[in-house]
Amino acid sequence: MAGRAGDALIILLSLAILFALWSAAAAIAQSRALPPPGSVLVFLWTEAVSGELWFHLAVTLARVAAAFLVAMALGSAIGVALGVWRLADRIFDPWLILLLNLPALVIIVLAYIWFGLNEAAAVGAVALTKVPNVAVTIREGTRAIDPQLSEMARVFRFPPGRMLRHVILPQLQPYFAAATRSGVALIWKIVLVVELLGRPDGVGFQIYTYFQFFDVRAILAYSLAFVVVMLLVEFLLVQPAERRATRWRKRDA
Amino acid sequence: MLEVAIRSKTYRTASGEDLAVLRDVDFTVRPAEFVCITGPSGSGKTTLLRLILGIDADFQGSIRSPDGRIAAVFQEPRLLSWRTVEDNLRLALPHDLAGTQLSPLLELLGLGGTEKLYPGELSLGMARRVALARAFAVQPALLILDEPFVSLDDTTATRLRHVLIDIWSARPATVLMVTHNLREALELADRIFVLSPRPGTIVADHRLDTPRQDRTQEWIDNAISGLVR
Repeated sequence: MAGRAGDALIILLSLAILFALWSAAAAIAQSRALPPPGSVLVFLWTEAVSGELWFHLAVTLARVAAAFLVAMALGSAIGVALGVWRLADRIFDPWLILLLNLPALVIIVLAYIWFGLNEAAAVGAVALTKVPNVAVTIREGTRAIDPQLSEMARVFRFPPGRMLRHVILPQLQPYFAAATRSGVALIWKIVLVVELLGRPDGVGFQIYTYFQFFDVRAILAYSLAFVVVMLLVEFLLVQPAERRATRWRKRDA
Repeated sequence: MLEVAIRSKTYRTASGEDLAVLRDVDFTVRPAEFVCITGPSGSGKTTLLRLILGIDADFQGSIRSPDGRIAAVFQEPRLLSWRTVEDNLRLALPHDLAGTQLSPLLELLGLGGTEKLYPGELSLGMARRVALARAFAVQPALLILDEPFVSLDDTTATRLRHVLIDIWSARPATVLMVTHNLREALELADRIFVLSPRPGTIVADHRLDTPRQDRTQEWIDNAISGLVR
């Protein structure tokens, strides 16, 4: 516990140093291009009071969640299929490599051109940029499933649901965790690009709007707010879920 | 009744050759009969068990298992590391045994108080006993054991052999047990099959008519010299 308190103190100290450096740089620059932290916080506050901030945060967060769920579901299904079925893997592996190397920007632009500037195209494009990563990770996990345990489950006649929940999914869990972690980090950044290119709301749209006014204060305010939201997602959702799933491993470590 | 009639079982090796593992293995085992299978390494004992368990269906011939459930104790414990000892047993239970009290069985196997532990917290010997408990818990009609007592110390192995016989006597099942240990086979079995080197086939089928309680150390010593000759 003393260690954790110490860690927290170091994190706070490190953030304080960052803010001090920022303040100092802003004081020296005296420019609209580098506002001091105080004015960014003031802007954040007025946006929060007017409700504008919450609206755009919520819209972006909803897109992140939707794209994440679609990417995980689709990517997992494809990954399991490729892991189990060798012929499919041989046929579709080049497609995966192609998609993995296609820049997200290209996918977004094409999605908007082909499917129009709408919500489905936006979320779909973001999901699609993440699907191959998830598929590759889950394919790896599927291949690593222990055949000895599957045999045991067959001998003891585990029903399919029990087999999936207690034998297969726990073995895939570390791979889901890895896909989730890299997925959340990647998706929220790409969602901002999608919003910038073709959506009338969301944090990405706001940043684009204030970019046209060269309002760095607003850009930083929205970026900071969203980073905080994503950190909260990480600490309140991703990490507790992971701890729960791996609690059996903690004890013998 | 367990009826086994295997014509042949071959494996394809990495170099593409067919390797005959079993050839013409025919036997039937009556309900509640305890059979030990022994033979040199590589004579296909574990393969035979895998065919009977239905894990491997790629062979020539036919196998009819008795009606009812099958349980197995593999060479490795094969426990789910992410579930507690108790959950490992409960998950193997069929629907109609779902509410069974497991603590008496765990107690009997010297596993009292381990219900909430994860397999990673157990010694190998304890994990093997959990695997035994899981097999007993499902009350099988056919129990398959692949060297269940190997790598346990003598005292534990002896005690577990007694537990095995106690549980089996209370609820007789057809038992097929692979063992390298001839003394163990002579202590436990109604019949002993001896497999030949690869391709394995049954070269001897010994019936032991002496009741188990009369099988003293002396009797076992004599029987071994008889078998070896």
